[in-house]
Amino acid sequence: MAVSRDRLLTVFSLFILFSFLAYADSNFSHYTLRILQNIAIFITLAVSYNLINGIAGQFSLGPNAFLAVGAYASAIFTLSPEEKLRSFIIEPMLWPLSVISVPFAASLLIAGIVTALVAILMAMPVFRVRGDYLAIVSLGFGEVFQVLANNSMSITNGSLGLKGLQPYTNLWWSWGICVFTVFCTLRLVNSSYGRAMKAVREDETAAEAMGINAFRIKTLAFAFSAFFQGVAGGLLAHLITTISPSLFTFMFTFNLLIIIVIGGLGSTTGSIIAAVLITWGGEALRFFEEPANLFGFQYEGIPGMRMVLFSVILILVMLFARSGIMGRSEFSWEGALGWIKNKLSVMKV
Amino acid sequence: MDLLLDINGLSVFFGGVQALNKLSLQIRKGEIIGLIGPNGAGKTTAFNAITGRIHPSEGSVFFCGKEITGWPAPRIARNGIARTFQNIKLYEDLSVIENVMIAAHSSISYSFIEAILGVGRYSRDEARIKSRAYELLELMNLGELASEQANSLPYGSQRKLEIARALALNPRLLLLDEPVAGMNPTETREFGQFLLTLRDNLSIGVGLIDHDMSFVMEVCDMIRVIDHGIPIAWGTPSVVRNDPKVISAYLGTDFNGAMDNHATN
Repeated sequence: MAVSRDRLLTVFSLFILFSFLAYADSNFSHYTLRILQNIAIFITLAVSYNLINGIAGQFSLGPNAFLAVGAYASAIFTLSPEEKLRSFIIEPMLWPLSVISVPFAASLLIAGIVTALVAILMAMPVFRVRGDYLAIVSLGFGEVFQVLANNSMSITNGSLGLKGLQPYTNLWWSWGICVFTVFCTLRLVNSSYGRAMKAVREDETAAEAMGINAFRIKTLAFAFSAFFQGVAGGLLAHLITTISPSLFTFMFTFNLLIIIVIGGLGSTTGSIIAAVLITWGGEALRFFEEPANLFGFQYEGIPGMRMVLFSVILILVMLFARSGIMGRSEFSWEGALGWIKNKLSVMKV
Repeated sequence: MDLLLDINGLSVFFGGVQALNKLSLQIRKGEIIGLIGPNGAGKTTAFNAITGRIHPSEGSVFFCGKEITGWPAPRIARNGIARTFQNIKLYEDLSVIENVMIAAHSSISYSFIEAILGVGRYSRDEARIKSRAYELLELMNLGELASEQANSLPYGSQRKLEIARALALNPRLLLLDEPVAGMNPTETREFGQFLLTLRDNLSIGVGLIDHDMSFVMEVCDMIRVIDHGIPIAWGTPSVVRNDPKVISAYLGTDFNGAMDNHATN
């Protein structure tokens, strides 16, 4: 009974979300819509990054590599042959790739699969080490992919990047994929595979003694995470329509890390909340970089000021709320309804 | 024959240190075998070598007629050897019920994709795992604690939870590393009774390490004593209890001499 009530509430809130998006689509400015799409993409990225870092407890610093692979994979497959001919001026594109062009949806799927395959190949060297070493090795892969993208002229067009992508990504694509990612991740976390991932995080020796192949479980988590990061990369590529190797720097990973830590490592709900707060906050705080008149003082506006504010917020979180917004707890309708009832009864008294 | 575990000449070296020297041991179905010895005798090392946590340097381990020497730990566990740890290794931040359910991971029949989409055998399997986990918790008297966080449990209950988790693997052989450490005499006695019923009901073999001699003597059918990695005695509790080598291993070689000296001084 409770299950069907929860399902109803979920469907209802999704309906509200998409009605809001429909309203936003026809009434909001281009700038606001862009922020909304960014939010959706960052939720997708944060939720899938949280799976490997928070749920499976493997401190990976590689999502910028996955993002790059996904972005390139989908961009290469959606560009028209004419556009490819025009862009690849230094070296012509590799043959089968130069003539292939598929619909956007198919390219996203390809991006996800290619990225997941890359993750599976990476898992071999990466999961031979743990903890800090894992972080360093995965960080290294992020850099390796940037170098590869810069030098494989006939596939990625090197540092010239890929231009003239069609702006396929819209509100529906980004939020649709975002909801799908959250749905799949929650299902996974609540399944036996999710529990096995948590077991590996908590105690790898005990997990292995209970018949769990830790390497296999880590690889699954890595590939799952990479799949959705690849898809998000494809979305991002078709949102900004121009990609180059220098776009996917470590800053991306760093931002995602801030998001999942502030949200609460291991909490999908926390990742979603923090992704919204930080992506939206990043824009809202631009206010501090603009000239203003404060009580008679003329403030010139300092570019980069919002990053300083961000850092201060991050430091405060680390000092006073180590476990982030949600800790490891998750949102549930049971809990939310209980909280509302509680508030109402307090108000009556 | 109901021979479960057959160890022959199992040795483990850590660099130049010989932690275990040519241990041989058989455990049959329905038997509780004790492995005792002073601190640092190599008891836990033996368990680690049997369950694949460390690689034995020499010797062989057969389980149900199959050689499992050097297999990786998860594979050995899936084949039916479950264990507990001396310094309790629970999944501390997870709930009690989740701890037990995790051990059933090898028994799931649904695939990764089915899990993600929540279709196919997913729901039926999850329901089965959950009810089985509740059964095991009830068996260990932990039923009411199912949704508590594992590390919030008192010490004795954590030990019991570890056993419930091990049983969720549906093992044919259960290896318990100091299961009654930290329990009071009443709890120990109850646990001894529980272990005997468990062995009879599930007809599994049990290997047991413990320092509580009265407990070991009471529940074990046969006892293997090791000292400094070397097996020194084998027999029923009453035989082992009176073996001079065992007494000297526990109390020192010159036990009688020391006592005499003490008396004359």
